[in-house]
Amino acid sequence: MAGAAPRVGRWWLGSRRGFSRAGGGAGRLAAEGPVRGHKPESPASSFCPPACSCNDWIGPPDRHSNLRPIIFHIPKNESPLERKLREFRQETQIWNQQFWASQNMSFRKGKEEFISSRLKAKGLDMIDRTGQKVTLNAEEMADFYKDFLSKNFKKHMCYNREWYKRNFITTFLMGQVAFKRVWKKLGWKKMKVGN
Amino acid sequence: MHCFGVANKRWITFQHLNFLKRMYVTQSSKDLSQQAKLKPDPVAHPVLEKKHLGQEKTVTCELRSVSPLHPPLSETSHRNEVKEMKSAAVVEDLATAVGAESKEKQWKEMKLQLDDLPGILARLSKIKLTALVVSTASAGFAMAPVPFDLTCFLLTSIGTGLASCAANSINQFFEVPFDSNMNRTKNRPLVRGQISPLLAVSFAATCAVPGIALLTLGVNPLTGALGAFNIFLYTCCYTPMKRMSIANTWVGAVVGAIPPIMGWTAATGSLDAGALLLGGILYSWQFPHFNALSWGLREDYSRGGYCMMSVTHPAMCRRVALRHCLALIGLSTVAPLLDVTTWNFPLVSLPINLYISYLGFRFYRDADRSSSRKLFFCSLWHLPMLLLLMLTCKKSLLESEDKSNHLR
Repeated sequence: MAGAAPRVGRWWLGSRRGFSRAGGGAGRLAAEGPVRGHKPESPASSFCPPACSCNDWIGPPDRHSNLRPIIFHIPKNESPLERKLREFRQETQIWNQQFWASQNMSFRKGKEEFISSRLKAKGLDMIDRTGQKVTLNAEEMADFYKDFLSKNFKKHMCYNREWYKRNFITTFLMGQVAFKRVWKKLGWKKMKVGN
Repeated sequence: MHCFGVANKRWITFQHLNFLKRMYVTQSSKDLSQQAKLKPDPVAHPVLEKKHLGQEKTVTCELRSVSPLHPPLSETSHRNEVKEMKSAAVVEDLATAVGAESKEKQWKEMKLQLDDLPGILARLSKIKLTALVVSTASAGFAMAPVPFDLTCFLLTSIGTGLASCAANSINQFFEVPFDSNMNRTKNRPLVRGQISPLLAVSFAATCAVPGIALLTLGVNPLTGALGAFNIFLYTCCYTPMKRMSIANTWVGAVVGAIPPIMGWTAATGSLDAGALLLGGILYSWQFPHFNALSWGLREDYSRGGYCMMSVTHPAMCRRVALRHCLALIGLSTVAPLLDVTTWNFPLVSLPINLYISYLGFRFYRDADRSSSRKLFFCSLWHLPMLLLLMLTCKKSLLESEDKSNHLR
């Protein structure tokens, strides 16, 4: 066996940093360019795809956003269109991560506050005699669920619009990239046949 | 928190071991780690989890700074403490390493495996739901008062099935981040990255075009138009409306009502009263079915931003479910009046209709998880049973012909 495995490209590792940073919940993340060799901050972000792979890799769901992070593969001969697609997907991934991490965080916080205020009103402690946290059942929580939904309605509408737009653009760009690849392959075949 | 950690190292160690043991158990079984909170106690742990992580980091720093200094001390208590801290550190490192390893294994290459493709597409197209939709369309076809045409029946079933696959795939394509955040839907193919969005859309188009073409050209244009309209209604109206207004439930009920109408129009070529009756029965059935299901999902709906009656108007949710259970009794009674079935049908279907109405009433009155589950599970067998009874009580062609001759 001679030498190391052939280099087939790099991975955009900025997403990993983004995900480990988003651990705080609100997640102020900067969109980063290709980063290599930086120190991972948590076990989840220490993954590095094998050098011989030329596909994207998808990870387990993020603890805060429940979204699965993707590490995008950067091929050696990345065309401008492919780069545009990859960067758009990276940007969408960060934006999605930020929204859902903060959404889940604010839901959890709101829920805790609601439970503690209800328990106080009842004159109960947060922790019962067995050391377990006291919870309210779904019927008691219903007011909180309704309230949370109505408070965040506008935010959800904005998110929906943006998500639908991004989803369409991503898929359209994917289609363009796929079409160009097929066209290129056919072009090569024609040249070979010609020669 | 920090002071607490410093003051009670022994207690922290034991707690750490317990927590780490739980963390290890959590991470080694793939499904549990997908929640934003640790299982099994969903409410207690999110806050505790953060506290523990904070303590973990605190203790890690302290261990690393403390241990080089302590060994020279001869006091037994300190030595024991050092031993405990070192063992805690070892266990922690081990658990972290094991945790990291199992997390690494959860990373998957996004390469389409052709072996898995049929399974992936089946889940993308919600094949079980599609089968149910096709069976309601078949029931509509079978109930139509015309001689049974096998070719037409098969074309209708295949066309409806393809249209349903297309609609379900587009629905999943639109809902990826929302599906990721709900327990019921977090294992869907697009969420797990088993298939790309482009492929999902291409699959939907590959199903929709032949499906609608089959219905329009192989059956009749009316059925084709209904199929196309239903795909549009489900993907472009119902799916976005889920996050905008509770009216989505009524739109969804219409979506469920159209397949039996399609079956009927495929057989007869026209939109008769009988078709509308069958559609009406399916429409009414959707409410106890869906409202009961949504009762147990209120937390996920609220967090995901879904506008459902069960969250925003709980009393209306239960009222509407009960109302439509009773409507099923009414519609079953109308069936013989429209010559769809004999008078046996309202009689034989009364027990099951009364039973679902009873469960609907219990749900209305009790408004709890147990009554909602009972109503939901009842709706699952109630519909096939009702359609079967309808088929057995179908007014035979000879009888209808005799009647119309007699009237002349």
